[in-house]
Amino acid sequence: MAALTRRVRWPAWPSVVTVLAALVMPLAAALGVWGLGGGARAQEPVQPLVVDLSDHLVAITTAFSGTDVLLFGATDGPGDVVLVVRGPATRKVVRKKAQLGIIWANRDSVTYENVPAFYQVFSSRPLNDLAPRSVLSRLQIGTENLAFKKVDQSVTESFVPGFRAALVRLKQKEALYGLGTQPVTLLANRLFKADLHFPANVPTGAYSVEVYLIRDGDVVSGKITPLVVSKIGLGAEIYDMAQQQGYLYGLAAIVVAVVSGWLAAVVLRKN
Amino acid sequence: MQIYLPIAEMSVNVFVILGMGWGIGFLSGAFGVGGGFLMTPLLMFLGVAPPVAVGTGANQIVASSVTGVIAHTRRGNVDFKMGGVLLVGGLIGSSAGVFLFGLLQSLGQIDLAISLAYVLFLGAVGGLMAVESLQAMWRVRRKGGRSDATGAGRHGWIHGLPFKMRFRKSKLYISALLPLAVGFGVGVLTAIMGVGGGFIMVPVMIYLLGMPTQVVVGTSLFQIIFVTANTTFLQAAMNQTVDVVLALLLIVGGVVGAQSGARIGAKLRSEQLRILLALLVLAVCGKLAYDLVATPSDVFTLVVEAN
Repeated sequence: MAALTRRVRWPAWPSVVTVLAALVMPLAAALGVWGLGGGARAQEPVQPLVVDLSDHLVAITTAFSGTDVLLFGATDGPGDVVLVVRGPATRKVVRKKAQLGIIWANRDSVTYENVPAFYQVFSSRPLNDLAPRSVLSRLQIGTENLAFKKVDQSVTESFVPGFRAALVRLKQKEALYGLGTQPVTLLANRLFKADLHFPANVPTGAYSVEVYLIRDGDVVSGKITPLVVSKIGLGAEIYDMAQQQGYLYGLAAIVVAVVSGWLAAVVLRKN
Repeated sequence: MQIYLPIAEMSVNVFVILGMGWGIGFLSGAFGVGGGFLMTPLLMFLGVAPPVAVGTGANQIVASSVTGVIAHTRRGNVDFKMGGVLLVGGLIGSSAGVFLFGLLQSLGQIDLAISLAYVLFLGAVGGLMAVESLQAMWRVRRKGGRSDATGAGRHGWIHGLPFKMRFRKSKLYISALLPLAVGFGVGVLTAIMGVGGGFIMVPVMIYLLGMPTQVVVGTSLFQIIFVTANTTFLQAAMNQTVDVVLALLLIVGGVVGAQSGARIGAKLRSEQLRILLALLVLAVCGKLAYDLVATPSDVFTLVVEAN
């Protein structure tokens, strides 16, 4: 009986200390913050922005035909939430056709680097009501604020904006860039969620999901969450073999074709 | 039912692809053409990138040609000797064509080159075949007999060339340089246009070499197996643009279609066969010519470029 009591009591003591400490520490921290006049905001125990995704991997399997990922999170109070989903940077050539005689042929081109393969903006309110242009431009929020890097051009400067607009428009046509913004649902000024849709033609690579908390036209807090879009299973193995062992892959493709052609001739003759 | 293609990087409906394979297999069996001149534009219409359409189309044609050749061999309609000589020229030509393809691609004009080549050759071949087969049909109706395109109209200088060879199946005694040159020329074009070349090869064999029509189809298919295998290999090794999942779906549809096509082809008279092929070739030619001349819906295009 005594042994039992001791066994219970002994470990019980430190836990009481821990509990006390846990109660006192934030109090002390809060007092400290009070004392410093709110200068040490970063030490606040409550994070202004907490974000997570229902899945950090978009797996492209053989049956893949697009998927949705749920983004959810919480803020420490009222404010607007803006999300930017950004795919890996790529290099793109925008070509423009012109009439040569009676035939339409490619003539001028502008080459851009740093073009996100995928780009979507989500917002709880229209972007222009949330923050001034300078803020949106700095964070590259909205297709008009994307900082493409022009590396080559065959036209004079005055024609370049037409090519840039065409790049965005063609990406929107492929459903890889969003048309305007999509909604972020706010609940009780604390919780928020958004459905991120990835179409069947989503490019693979490392994505980032940027979340900004905006109050009175200022970004109060930001979080970046990684997201990977990757081929999985048989499709991934076929892709890897094609990339790494092209010769073997080519031979295998020919063998598959010859054998199936021969098999068909044999089977269909018997029928 | 949707399936994701790992190399083409897109999701497609399985039954659409199977149906496409069947239709093209049917043409292959009936007319002795690989069907690439339809396959490449059709795949691109579905949204498959042009290089993947070319590489994968070639892979499918390997299979449908194997099936077709087996069917024609059973009927004794393949001249292997002629096919072999054409093939030597074809392999050299298609390898040379791959270099030309790369050059045009770097100039940004490969799309235009492909379209122009199609319009030019499909127009010329289709037009000539249509005129000739209509004349033949008219003659048949008047005389009530059967006409066969023989080498009667060939130029005299062709018989003066050295390295004469006897092709028993084709009932020809001509210079080996002739089929070699034909094979080379067609090989260059097939590499640029991404097709087996049957639609050029078949009329050339009938009108220039003077081969009997029954032997032409099987012999053309025999040659196409190897030329498209070469294209598949080069595309896979250099550009990684062969999608085996897409190719397999096309093959499954294609092998069934090829058998039905071979049966129909055997029933039709050669003039009828030729006028049908001519009309098909002219239809594709007309569509491509219209696309070149008509004002495009969007003058801008987007091209991915490797870093």
